[in-house]
Amino acid sequence: MSTGIRDRVAILGMGCSKFGERWDADAEDLMVEAYQEAIADAGIQTSEIQAAWFSTSLEDQGVGKSAIPLATALRLPYIPVTRVENLCASGTDAFRGAVYAVAAGACDIALAVGVEKLKDAGYGGLPQRSRGKVNDLYWANISAPGSFAQLATAYRAKFGIAPEDLKRAMAHISVKSHDNGSLNPKAHLRNRIDIPTVLAAPMIAEPIGIFDCCGVSDGAACAIVTTPEMARSLGKHDLVSVKALQLAVSNGTEAQGNSWDGAHLPTTRAAAKRAYAEAGIEHPRDELDLIEVHDCFSITELVTMEDLFISSDGEASTDVLEGFFDSDGTIPCQIDGGLKCFGHPIGASGLRMLYEVYLQLLGRAGDRQLQKGPRLGLTHNLGGYPSSNVSSVAILGRL
Amino acid sequence: MAVDAARDCLTGMDRGTLDSVVLATTTAPFDDRLNAGIVAAALGLAETVAARDSTGTFRAGLSSVFSACDAAMATGATTLCVSTDARAAAAMTPLELGVGHAAASVVVGPGDGLARVLACQSLTIDLVDHYRSRDSEFDYGWEDRWIRDEGYMKIVPRLAMAALAEAGLQPGDIDHFCLPCQIARVPAAVARAVGIPESSIRDQLVSGCGDSGTAHPILMLVNALEDAKPGDRILVVAFGQGGCALIVEVTEAMVDYQLLGTGPAKWIRRAIPSPYPKYLALNGLLKVDPGKRAEADKSTALSALYRHRDLTMHLVGGVCGKCGFHQVPRQRICVNPECGALDSQVPHSFAESTGHVASWTADNLTYTPDPPAYYGMIDFEEGGRLIMDFTNIATGAVEVGTPMRMVYRIKDHDPLRHFDRYFWKAAPSPTTGEEN
Repeated sequence: MSTGIRDRVAILGMGCSKFGERWDADAEDLMVEAYQEAIADAGIQTSEIQAAWFSTSLEDQGVGKSAIPLATALRLPYIPVTRVENLCASGTDAFRGAVYAVAAGACDIALAVGVEKLKDAGYGGLPQRSRGKVNDLYWANISAPGSFAQLATAYRAKFGIAPEDLKRAMAHISVKSHDNGSLNPKAHLRNRIDIPTVLAAPMIAEPIGIFDCCGVSDGAACAIVTTPEMARSLGKHDLVSVKALQLAVSNGTEAQGNSWDGAHLPTTRAAAKRAYAEAGIEHPRDELDLIEVHDCFSITELVTMEDLFISSDGEASTDVLEGFFDSDGTIPCQIDGGLKCFGHPIGASGLRMLYEVYLQLLGRAGDRQLQKGPRLGLTHNLGGYPSSNVSSVAILGRL
Repeated sequence: MAVDAARDCLTGMDRGTLDSVVLATTTAPFDDRLNAGIVAAALGLAETVAARDSTGTFRAGLSSVFSACDAAMATGATTLCVSTDARAAAAMTPLELGVGHAAASVVVGPGDGLARVLACQSLTIDLVDHYRSRDSEFDYGWEDRWIRDEGYMKIVPRLAMAALAEAGLQPGDIDHFCLPCQIARVPAAVARAVGIPESSIRDQLVSGCGDSGTAHPILMLVNALEDAKPGDRILVVAFGQGGCALIVEVTEAMVDYQLLGTGPAKWIRRAIPSPYPKYLALNGLLKVDPGKRAEADKSTALSALYRHRDLTMHLVGGVCGKCGFHQVPRQRICVNPECGALDSQVPHSFAESTGHVASWTADNLTYTPDPPAYYGMIDFEEGGRLIMDFTNIATGAVEVGTPMRMVYRIKDHDPLRHFDRYFWKAAPSPTTGEEN
């Protein structure tokens, strides 16, 4: 019987590049930037890394296929390197590979690096591209904002919420994240915004306006993991450990069945339940100190509060508007600015979230450091569309 | 349009009784690919059905009806005759004002039916009133007054008289005279010349849909049938390099049929994109920059298209033989988490199903020639769901719960390889907000 991952793996070091429109940098440069911070933080040499996991999603405009780009960029010494592509959960899934390898005893020190170079597309937003030879025959002409906009229309219908009321809660989410991001030197967008600006912004996909969308950025993030014992032997005594790592993947029930209401994410709920059990959390609303969730769009963040069992069903907008998730609220959400301000370099985002929770747990988050001494933080990714997705939930804590 | 017209025509009919399909058009999407075969597949007709395209002139629709009559007489075959045209018109031309896109359909077979065929007459005279050669985008025509005097006024009366003679009728016996002609007063002048009562001249329907070329004679015939009483005689003439004249006599069966309320009148939509530059852009008459998102490759794997032809052409999914759950697309393992049976799917078409909107959006980001792109999740009444593109959405006409019907449409155009990819879209059911 599996005992889960709880406290079996510790983080030795993490790094994160400056996110943004990095006209100056290739994906390889971004990887090196994140890695240099992580390896210095870990206090080891590259030769001590025994295996690596590499996440990136859009090979057609990034680094191409396979794990070779990571090994080459970092000059890794002929070690096993595995390429991970799992949409927006890719970064967390790469982290999962490294953590599981250490937990399994297959290696002592493992590396996870995520990167995405989005800003060579030549236009804003994620690139429009083929979804496969068969899918292209019948899939609707969906964009990312259009797929998540449907969460809002279904959510309104399910709970009888007036469009303007839901839109106002969505606006609060974006304003809060920009407030947080303004304090973060690595964030892409560092400007504050206000509610009237959000409400008056051009519509991207009804009812998602431009300020309901996360940025589009280049970036990389990186983690080096080992066992708690090895970490201590390397001189680390202030440890952050992995409490839970869960992933849930759609199987067609949402997109093809009729039971799904379109207003929640069954995958996130499944992953969250398993993660809380793995971490020994019974009351997430009372026990979690901070969360970094997949706010690709403001409505996604709102719905995720219910899917993580922090807000009761239908109550997320009330919690949002009451400031429960603000930086001075009960559970600060996106204290680093979130996808909203970091943008969403797909393969990097999961690791970028883990990086922030790691810093916060160690009290190293600078101007935005939470002062109450956080001990337990959660990250969440949602890749794909609400109707068909990969959802990950990771929990880190002080050991 | 052809599929829409055929579906409407086949309402309440067993599609298995059809032996043959003819698609008449001068604007077929493919020069070499059986266009009637696309219609047959979209209708879910048996692979054993015969199919052919009829083209080259606006009289092609009526010609195909004549061939169908011959087949019915010779072999007892039942033929679906679909006529359609979507002509382009150059900007700033009279044709631009008058042209319309439409399709109309009739089924021809043995027995009395709704109307009995009394006469089929043709004349073949190479009078070029207008033409569109292989290398030209638009019709090129000669002066109306010449077409009237040398064309309509000399050819149509000959045709009408020959048809009346074949039917053993006098001109005064005609109750409905259908002559598509956009030159003023010609139908009345022809009627006078032949002796057909002026009161029998049918409306040209141009205010509703414009002149629809090959479809128009059949459209006017179907429109006349909708109003006709048992015993009425209808004369339809299609002009073009000579012409065709058809006379039918309406039977008693028409009374019950009219009560069904089918027929094309309800589908006539005056949907002209506005403002005018948008009309020009959507019809390819204006150079526009569709943006970089339009650069995404739309290549179609013809092998994948063929493997999935039942899904793409007739919206066929499956119903699980074990648990009864409907699902689309059809996969080997049943999607119902309580079931999960392997290879239990019986094909089931959702083409005639009604669905309801479960979620939707109006997307301004994704590339579409006519933004915003409406799409969303459709729950079918019998069970199953599909995330689909929407079409014919008037602003504010869609909400969660809106009932939708399935319509066969162009899904993607591949400008590199000149291939149109078809699939089904969801359109508001006629009573709930279709533009009129």
